[in-house]
Amino acid sequence: MNPLLQVDDLQKNFGGLRAVGGLSFEVAAGEVLGLLGPNGSGKTTALNLISGALARTGGSIHLDGQRIDGLAPHRIARAGVARTFQLVRVLGGMTCIENVQVGLAFRDAPSFGEASVAEAIELLRRVGLDTRAHVLAGDLTYIDQKRLELARALALEPRLLLLDEWLSGLNPSELQDGIGLIKSLRAGGLTVVLVEHVMDAVRALCDRCVVMCAGAKLAEGATATVLADPAVVDAYLGRAHA
Amino acid sequence: MKNRVDKPALAVAAALLVMAILPLAWRNDYALSFGINLLQFSVLATAWALFSGPTRYISLATTAFYGIGAYAVAVLGEQLPWPLVLLAALALGSLVALGVGLATLRLSGVYFVIFTFGLAELVKQLVNWYEVNITKTSGRYVFLEISQQAIYWQLLVLLALALLAGWWLRRSRLGLALRVIGEDETAASHLGIDITRTKVLLFVVSAGFMTLVGAVIAPRWTYIDPAIVFNPNVSFQVLIMALLGGPGHWLGPLAGVLPLTALFEFLSVNFPNYFSVLLGATFLAIVYLVPGGVVALLERWDRRRAAALVKEVPNVSPARPPEGARTPPCSVEVSQ
Repeated sequence: MNPLLQVDDLQKNFGGLRAVGGLSFEVAAGEVLGLLGPNGSGKTTALNLISGALARTGGSIHLDGQRIDGLAPHRIARAGVARTFQLVRVLGGMTCIENVQVGLAFRDAPSFGEASVAEAIELLRRVGLDTRAHVLAGDLTYIDQKRLELARALALEPRLLLLDEWLSGLNPSELQDGIGLIKSLRAGGLTVVLVEHVMDAVRALCDRCVVMCAGAKLAEGATATVLADPAVVDAYLGRAHA
Repeated sequence: MKNRVDKPALAVAAALLVMAILPLAWRNDYALSFGINLLQFSVLATAWALFSGPTRYISLATTAFYGIGAYAVAVLGEQLPWPLVLLAALALGSLVALGVGLATLRLSGVYFVIFTFGLAELVKQLVNWYEVNITKTSGRYVFLEISQQAIYWQLLVLLALALLAGWWLRRSRLGLALRVIGEDETAASHLGIDITRTKVLLFVVSAGFMTLVGAVIAPRWTYIDPAIVFNPNVSFQVLIMALLGGPGHWLGPLAGVLPLTALFEFLSVNFPNYFSVLLGATFLAIVYLVPGGVVALLERWDRRRAAALVKEVPNVSPARPPEGARTPPCSVEVSQ
């Protein structure tokens, strides 16, 4: 069986800077994969390449056996890849329910207008925003905007969900809620790639991890093993702490 | 929501009918002339807002398409039957819009504004060069047997079509896509919206209306040259009308067209020598006096719409704890 996501020798240069160089990994259906690494190691660039926000310099990306690199972002979204952004991007001038309805309206099997209201409310309920359905998204707190962004991503009915530091900036109780929510998504069969710095969340959620450093893969494997790898600790904390 | 009568739409339909009958009652040419002026700006501003309203791409290319329409009539007017002349003008304007759209809609913000302003000037200079060097003329006469009343009615039909487009867009997925693009293009593309196709399509439709206005109005000039029909004032007047009225709503631009057409008319009749100065002063006054500018108007509309929705959408959530019970600000259900 094909892996759901297959990344082969992915490369991205910005002028003379090599942001991602020869990155390869696979994600099986139903798996939660952590993409780790120090700041500037190319994690977000990798996510941007998968979602089509950036064009690759080299390599290939396959979703369920189908090549998706080189496609426009909207085609990748319709193929089943949804994402959130490191800096939230809600549609501030639209209400929460409208934000989610946008996700419903342009997915592969769209539902629009009246027909999408019930489904949108259900998605908002799932992230705990149903009581704020008619509040402008721009008026929400930062945390609520993150939750709204997740609901909107789920509205696309994705096969693969890309989360870019979705759990960062949460307080401890919010973090537990957030972890619970992602666990519930995994229980529902969703495949997730998450870029994350919050190690508690990584341990609680990720089946496997890929650690990046300077644009390349430093380590890959089961979460506990990878996090105990001296090379990984080294990359994160610097040689003096290793 | 489902069976409610759309009162504004009915009111507009009724108003258009009344306007269709009015010329039969008018005994003086001035009323008809003012009516034509009003209608031409109504179509231009409504068409401008079809694209620029939701996407917030400010275009100053109005006069480019308006002029293309007028020139198409000047060149083809006596060679083809009138409907074919209009079709040819529409095709030409749409083609230019398609090219411009594909080339420029990757530009954003102020760069797009400047490009569209430059485009109008470029088209004007190209036509000028062609006329001087190839056809050896500096202007053209438009002698067509088309009465002022006929011009008025054609513009009225265009207005009805432009309003219909705006009204329909408000309810359609395409309109939603445009609004999302106006909010955040990057997010739009990752939500499955083909942003290039959506923007180019609406830019072409909007430009098509502008071209047709120029074509329909051309016989009124009897003589045209590039300086007359590619007049940048037209672009600015349309922009300021749409902004004053509020480009976020399909009827918004009309609210700006009525007072400003009357004002411009008054200024050009009473102070013909100072028209440009007073026009500039009016622009400044509007930018200063409309509190918060366009954005405030847009937001007020959005809020009112949001408030209206609250009443319409049933609360589907079956067991919602009372407001105070949700102590953790991020309580999430993990029941799956």
